[in-house]
Amino acid sequence: MMDSAILFGLCASALVGLGVYGLIVNPQPLRKILAFNVVGSGVFLLCGAIARRGAALGLGGDPVPQALLITGIVVAFSATALAVAVLLRLFDETGSATLTADAPEAPTSEAGAK
Amino acid sequence: MIEALNIGLALLVLALGAWTVVARDTFAATAGFLAYGLLLTLVWVQLHGVDVALTEAAIGGGLTGALLIRAAAKLRKTETAARAERPGAPTRLVAALASAAVTVALALAVLALPDPAPTLAPEAMANIAATGVGNPITAVLLAYRSMDTLLEAIVLLFALIGVWSLAPDRVWGGRPGPLNRVDPNGILAYFARVLPPIGIIVGIYIFWIGADLPGGKFQGATIIAAMWLLTIMAGLTDVPPVSRTWLRVLLVLGPAVFIAVGAAGALWAGAFLGYPDGFAKPLIIVIEAALMPSLALVLALLLTGAPERAAA
Amino acid sequence: MSAVLDVFTFAAVTAGAFFYLAGTVGLLRFPDSLTRLHALTKADNLGLALVVLGLLPRVDSVLAGLKLVAIWLLVLLAGAAASQLIAQTVIRRRPEP
Repeated sequence: MMDSAILFGLCASALVGLGVYGLIVNPQPLRKILAFNVVGSGVFLLCGAIARRGAALGLGGDPVPQALLITGIVVAFSATALAVAVLLRLFDETGSATLTADAPEAPTSEAGAK
Repeated sequence: MIEALNIGLALLVLALGAWTVVARDTFAATAGFLAYGLLLTLVWVQLHGVDVALTEAAIGGGLTGALLIRAAAKLRKTETAARAERPGAPTRLVAALASAAVTVALALAVLALPDPAPTLAPEAMANIAATGVGNPITAVLLAYRSMDTLLEAIVLLFALIGVWSLAPDRVWGGRPGPLNRVDPNGILAYFARVLPPIGIIVGIYIFWIGADLPGGKFQGATIIAAMWLLTIMAGLTDVPPVSRTWLRVLLVLGPAVFIAVGAAGALWAGAFLGYPDGFAKPLIIVIEAALMPSLALVLALLLTGAPERAAA
Repeated sequence: MSAVLDVFTFAAVTAGAFFYLAGTVGLLRFPDSLTRLHALTKADNLGLALVVLGLLPRVDSVLAGLKLVAIWLLVLLAGAAASQLIAQTVIRRRPEP
């Protein structure tokens, strides 16, 4: 039967594909952020499959990629938090959460001193 | 038997990933993403990466899911307007082709991986006695690649500064999030009084045990951050204004100690972030103990977002 | 002796899985949010208790067994709080009869 690392590596490839589809198709920024996170977790899973194949000396997996993946998951979360903060600010300013073709009006001093 | 479990897990993960991408309602998609993160934790356990499984459960599924659910709840009013913008068939076709191309390319790469697989495990284990820790992943994070961990802590701080800078002028330096008025005798207040003591002990335990067994400071700091967020959500405490000095000092403390240890290493061990012989374990403990409160604060504040109320 | 423990583990975990299945059937088939909540919380808590009970003979040390029981208690606490909060929201949003 298939080695678990190869199985989850293929699963990870499919996840990246699904995320790319969602990234292109969904018009709302929040759905794009969601799809981007699916892509990110798929990429991490792919590296995890590679780490699993590097198992040696009684360890379950190669520790170097696994440690880098921990760093990656944390940095991905911080990028998502920044993206969501930008999106919420866009919603506060323009009242809509989609990226339309018209640029919002430049904030006047009255809006800034509200 | 294990193969059946693995195949079932892989299929479930794919199904939830597809649901997250194609579900019509945004809130349902984010809830699906939370479940997807938790199932990924099981996948990581099957791949024998228990530390990564803990991080995925805490940060990948838990914190990211909570962040996205909060955002989806705030953006609920824009749902109908956004749904009207669904793309047409040509865009979908191009997207499907692009996604299929990426999937096939990655799958071919996975199937063409070299056999026997190259690995750094022997080198990692050969020098682990000098680092004084028993968990090879902690050794990689804090001894072999401690520069990456330092830069990661600094990246978290930068993201937090970026989030804070998105506050409108009138609430600059104020308190993030709304004021939570919750029934002080209700179930949420009760829960927020019972769970945090247990959670803080579990968090410190996971941080401490990370030296020799799966665990570590990121996972422990996330649990402590979650306990603080729980008390905030229950109205027992309020988020401090982001302009408070003690808050900013605590945030900078972790990376500052890390850099100080690195500079001391440059003087005494010949390389930035080098550890003098025999001092590796104590220095690692000092770095981790200083990073814990900073990490917990950063993770919680990234979740609460940009300031929304003026500082009192 | 270990054969008896194996049978016990198998029986307890299977019973726990059956209760989880029952809870999910309740989630899918009950008509109302409150009834679904009831089915989910009660059946899933009992299912988890049976699974933990079945896994207790297989632990290496008393501390690991205590950790399993602690996990069950924490899930019980979280489930109780979450189901109460969801039920309060459902009742609050219900249109006045």
